[in-house]
Order: sequence, then structure tokens, then C-alpha cells
Amino acid sequence: MSQVIGQQHPISLYLKIWALLFVLSTMSYLVDYFQLHGALRWTLILLFMFLKAGLIISVFMHLAWERFALKLVLLLPPVAIAIFITLMAFEGHYTFFSRIMGFVST
Amino acid sequence: MPWGKLMMWLFLLSDTFVFSIFLTGYMTVRLSAMESWPNPSEVFALTIAGHHIPLVLIAIMTFILITSSGTMAMAVNFAYRGDRRRTVYFMLATAALGATFVCMQAFEWTKLILDEGIRPWGNPLGAAQFGASFFMITGFHGMHVTAGVIYLAVIARRVASGRYEEKGYHNVEISGLYWHFVDLVWVFIFALFYLW
Repeated sequence: MSQVIGQQHPISLYLKIWALLFVLSTMSYLVDYFQLHGALRWTLILLFMFLKAGLIISVFMHLAWERFALKLVLLLPPVAIAIFITLMAFEGHYTFFSRIMGFVST
Repeated sequence: MPWGKLMMWLFLLSDTFVFSIFLTGYMTVRLSAMESWPNPSEVFALTIAGHHIPLVLIAIMTFILITSSGTMAMAVNFAYRGDRRRTVYFMLATAALGATFVCMQAFEWTKLILDEGIRPWGNPLGAAQFGASFFMITGFHGMHVTAGVIYLAVIARRVASGRYEEKGYHNVEISGLYWHFVDLVWVFIFALFYLW
């Protein structure tokens, strides 16, 4: 791997990805502009977010062309983050609930 | 894989955890806040030529950062082709876009602090946690952008002086990894802080 001089991609690939990121960002902005709400808003926001993140990591940061071991090193630890986020979402809702109950009882 | 590139990747993985913890903390305080959360769409709106446009400054900042990622990818490409002059130009363009981003963020902070009266410990719009989350997350990201601009300028100078002619141009790619990461973090901040 270290012997290979990487990054021999045509410039047009980067321009295409750049245009795609531009379109996706515009779409996310329009979600807010048209005041979409509820599940639809969340689905779209997260969808565009992950698509943009995926494009940046795989093409701009070249992860798509790196060896499998590096992909594992980088993509497995965030699973722990996802679990933590889930736990804290429960925690946040529980805190809110217990605050409301505390206010009600006093 | 040059060792410097692997080390940069590992550093970025650790940085991923740092920003994840900030954003997760923000999620937790926002879910449990008793007062209503200020509407970012309105807080970050601007009036341009008599038109009230929601969230427009943040949208422009997003486009600037994405464009800087594009110019950085091209800089790395030119570096590996041995085109020194174009590499320097594209790196400086990337750094300039990054500096523009930081200036716009400074403008945004000034507007919020002076006009809206938002502080890390409270604000007149609603939940006090808004200011704490906002200054912490965007401040830390802005610091990363500022460091990146300096980093790119230093590497660009070394490219110009011909330092990498002998040892190869991996350092350009490594600085590029850092820069794309800054853009990557902004994607999450934009979605989770400004659009929620």
C-alpha cells in the first residue's frame, strides 16, 4: 500500500461529488425552508446527513480505495457511539419526564 | 500506507469521539429542557435586501466549506501528479475559503451575543442550554477550522519550497484528510444543531 502512489482519479470525479454535495445541502436547507415537520423532516435531515457524510468519507477522504483493515478500524468504533447516543436519548426523555412529575407534585 | 497517514486517521477517529460527545450532550440537555428551545431557523435568519430569509448565513457557510473540500481534493490530486504550482494554488484557495468560513462564524457570534443577548448560561429566547450547546459546539468546530487554515498554509509553503520533491507528497494528502474531517463534522452540526 505504501508503495502505491494513490489518488490517480480524474478531476471530473471530484467535481461530480462536489456538485452532488451541493445538491444534497440545498435539499437539507429546503427541508427547513418549507417548514416540514415531524417524522418526514427527521427522515430527510438524517438521510441527507448520512449521504453527505458517506460521500465525503469514501471519495474525498479516499476510504473507498483503502484496505479493508483500515475501514474496520474507522467504522467499527462509531458503533459504540451509536449505542451511547441511544442510551442518552432514553436518559434525556427520562430526565424530562421526572422533571415534569416533580413540578406536578410540588 | 505511510505511518503519518495512519496516525492522522487515528487522530481523526479520536476527534470523532470528541464531537460525538458534544453532540450527544447537546441532544440530552435539549430533550430534557423544560423551557422551549429557541428556533434556530429564526435565530440564524438574516434580512438581505429587505427579504427575511431563514437560516441563510448557515447555508452559505455550508456551501463554502463543501467547496473548500472540493478544492482540497483537487490539491491532493495535483500533488501526486507532481504539479507543484497548481497544488499550492488549490491549497491556498482551500485555506482562503476556510478563513472566510471563520469570519462568517465570527459575524454570527457577534450577532448572537450583541443583538440577541445569547450567553452560555442563558438567553431571552428560551432554554438556557441553547447558548451552552451553541458556543461549545460551534466554538470547538471553529477552532478546528482555524487550526486547519494554519496547517494548510504551512504545508502549502513547504510544497512551494520544493521540500516534498524528494520524499513524496503524502503530507499534502494527510493535511487533506484533516480538512475533509472538518467539513464532515460540519455536516453533522448543520443537520443536528441548525435543522433540528
